[in-house]
Amino acid sequence: MGGTRFASKSGKRSHPRRTARSREAGCSRKSRSHEPLLKEKIRPGSIAYDLDGAIEEELRTASPAAAFISGANAIVPVLLALLPFGLAFGATAAGAAQLAAVQLIAAGASVAVVVLTVLVINLRMTLYSASLAPHFRRLPVGWKCLLSYHLTDQAYAATITRFDGGEVEERDKRWYFLGVGLAVWLTWQAATMLGVFLGAWASEGWSLDFVLPLTFIALALPAIKDCMAGAAALSAGVAAVFAASLPLNLGLITAALVGVLGGLVAESVIQSRRG
Amino acid sequence: MSTPALWLTIVGAGAVTFALRLSFIALLGRMEIPLMLGRVLLFVPAAVLKAVVVPLLLYENGALEASLSNERLLAGLAAALIAWRTRSVLFTLGGAWRRSGRCRP
Repeated sequence: MGGTRFASKSGKRSHPRRTARSREAGCSRKSRSHEPLLKEKIRPGSIAYDLDGAIEEELRTASPAAAFISGANAIVPVLLALLPFGLAFGATAAGAAQLAAVQLIAAGASVAVVVLTVLVINLRMTLYSASLAPHFRRLPVGWKCLLSYHLTDQAYAATITRFDGGEVEERDKRWYFLGVGLAVWLTWQAATMLGVFLGAWASEGWSLDFVLPLTFIALALPAIKDCMAGAAALSAGVAAVFAASLPLNLGLITAALVGVLGGLVAESVIQSRRG
Repeated sequence: MSTPALWLTIVGAGAVTFALRLSFIALLGRMEIPLMLGRVLLFVPAAVLKAVVVPLLLYENGALEASLSNERLLAGLAAALIAWRTRSVLFTLGGAWRRSGRCRP
């Protein structure tokens, strides 16, 4: 068993942080590596199996253009799902920070108050930034700025699982992320424009806040790849329910931190059980 | 708010948000990442994305709505199940869409 495992492991691109983790704790070494995870969950012959193969194929890119396109491709289903609601996107369901800012401005708040409120509401961006930082640390400053500009909830959700799972080559990451980021950006701009001109008509039917969580679930579920990540997700979810009444989106960041803590606790429990 | 102040607010809010996004990406240079930090960071995706999703599913107009009549929750659970089985974004959204389409008048 050890022999074949090793052979298959060395054939893959290894991810330094992941190796460190599995050596240290190794909640379930089997599910930590990416390939068995996919192949175990999906039965051969099913449509999902074929689709999965196609995605794997597509990710083995060598050129910037190919990485860019596969990044854009990864987010297209999400953007398509959001498109019917794109008008509401611009008109009613802009970012939480934008909504709060507009309300405060209407209420006559000062510049400092509005800017500070936006700062607090968007604090989760620092978590995204920290989480992506190891993948971008070798990039020149210009690239770091460009990619940071495109760091949104959607772009983060669509890229981090593949980056952490070692599915995207180191040199392709920038282009992959840019592909995702630009696609989100273009959709956002177009939707905002449409929302400005067609706002009243758009508020009919489903609201964006119905579809938004679904896109996040679709993108984020693969982030739960073992029991430790499961513990992190569970504790974040429970904390989110209780912290949701906190003002200024502070419940979100509180819940995220509780989740990380939960993951660390689960990790140390598993570690101590293994001796 | 006067027009210059409005522009100042827009530019300020944009700059602040960009600074938050750039923060750790800029700070974490070419140095090795401490092992402890690396371990913490691996839990961020699962934790923060659930922290975003759960309130969106469970709260309706600011009130906790954890029952089977909450169609947003039902669609979310269906989406989670499909995402777990297929790991396909397209199937997940399509499936959740149909699921919730059926229970909509």
